[in-house]
Amino acid sequence: MPDEKPLDIVRLRAWVKGRIERSVPDARIDYCLTCGLCASGCPATGIDGLDPRKFLRLLVLGQDDEILKTNWIYTCTMCQRCRYVCPMGIDVGRIVYEIRGMRPRDERPRNLQRSCDLQKETNSTGIPNEDFVWVVRDVLEEVRQNEPEWADINAPIDKAGAEYYLNQNAKEPTVEPEEMVPLWKILHAAGIDWTYSSKWWDGANYCLFTGDAKDWEMTVRKQAEVVDALGCRYYINTE
Amino acid sequence: MFYATLEGLRRFNISHRFEFLSIISLYAKWIREGRLKVDSSWNKDGLKFTVQDPCKLVRQGLGDAVADDLRFVVKQVAGEANFIEVWPNRSNNYCCGGGGGALQSGFAKNRREYGKVKFEQLKKTGADVVITPCHNCHTQIKDICDFYGGGWQTTHLWNWIVRALKR
Ligand code: SF4
Ligand code: SF4
Repeated sequence: MPDEKPLDIVRLRAWVKGRIERSVPDARIDYCLTCGLCASGCPATGIDGLDPRKFLRLLVLGQDDEILKTNWIYTCTMCQRCRYVCPMGIDVGRIVYEIRGMRPRDERPRNLQRSCDLQKETNSTGIPNEDFVWVVRDVLEEVRQNEPEWADINAPIDKAGAEYYLNQNAKEPTVEPEEMVPLWKILHAAGIDWTYSSKWWDGANYCLFTGDAKDWEMTVRKQAEVVDALGCRYYINTE
Repeated sequence: MFYATLEGLRRFNISHRFEFLSIISLYAKWIREGRLKVDSSWNKDGLKFTVQDPCKLVRQGLGDAVADDLRFVVKQVAGEANFIEVWPNRSNNYCCGGGGGALQSGFAKNRREYGKVKFEQLKKTGADVVITPCHNCHTQIKDICDFYGGGWQTTHLWNWIVRALKR
């Protein structure tokens, strides 16, 4: 086809590919059969002119500049359906994670990076820990007063030795505190011995999506330390 | 997000003494054990329910077992006959398009474009209520419902459990 540009061999550096293969030894990038099964079940197919198969071809063919600059990596939701259907078990979402991490921090979507940075301080919406404690106590008091049948309900915080530790998506105490109540009611009705923590209580974690392993590790480690310090046997994730 | 912690503990080999659980499996367990008593008699009008299987909990987390637990709870709460399956589902579920930080990244046009497929799948079920156990799915599914004109309610699961509670 005379109109098509031939592949620019000079650009065939495959530096990005090499780097991914070093950090994800089982990435199996070269095993792609180009069958397109991934593309057919991927929500990001066709957006910004890419799909998981094309994206993988760019990587295999060393088109590093394109790979590093396309915002398609933020259209891929890292849902891993590609991996689920791929006959070769290739996980494009995992590869996208690595590439997101190769972007300089100030070239990542601002709010996404911000949610992670806030989480590293306290939680993903950034409300102070004291406010979380205050909101929980305030909403609890309201339920006890307004709903006589739930007068004995509880929402313990930092209760050492509770059997279950419960995390809470920061969105609730921040913007829809009444959504915490049904959870408390369920735990109460089931007779569960549970607690929140006043620190690292947010179960959402956007540091999974910025591609920075250090940030992700730090936030999970903090949560694990808090739960172990409380001596809880089970850690319940609410979503 | 279930996977953020589950995979974080695994990938970074973070030592811990607790067991990491999903509240969905616990709801199911407590109902099965009779610890949590629910029945669907409140649903006199036969409100129809379907579910969104969160990628982070099902495909990347606990697999079909937790998807089955989710269905079990919804059926107990809303009535067996009032549950409608979406297709594809469970581990094969098509992503809602709200994950991966898409809601924070700011490419709203893209997010809605791929949300269209999910919208069609949900609309086809004809359900009145779409249960979304994950906050990302919740925000995205509510948004595509408003944007493309779906008639369903997008809700968490816990509100309905409380509704069906027998104490
Ligand atoms: S499904 Fe796997 S083998 Fe097929 S095109 Fe996609 S990555 Fe390649
Ligand atoms: S992980 Fe990314 S590439 Fe794979 S199916 Fe999901 S959105 Fe598509």
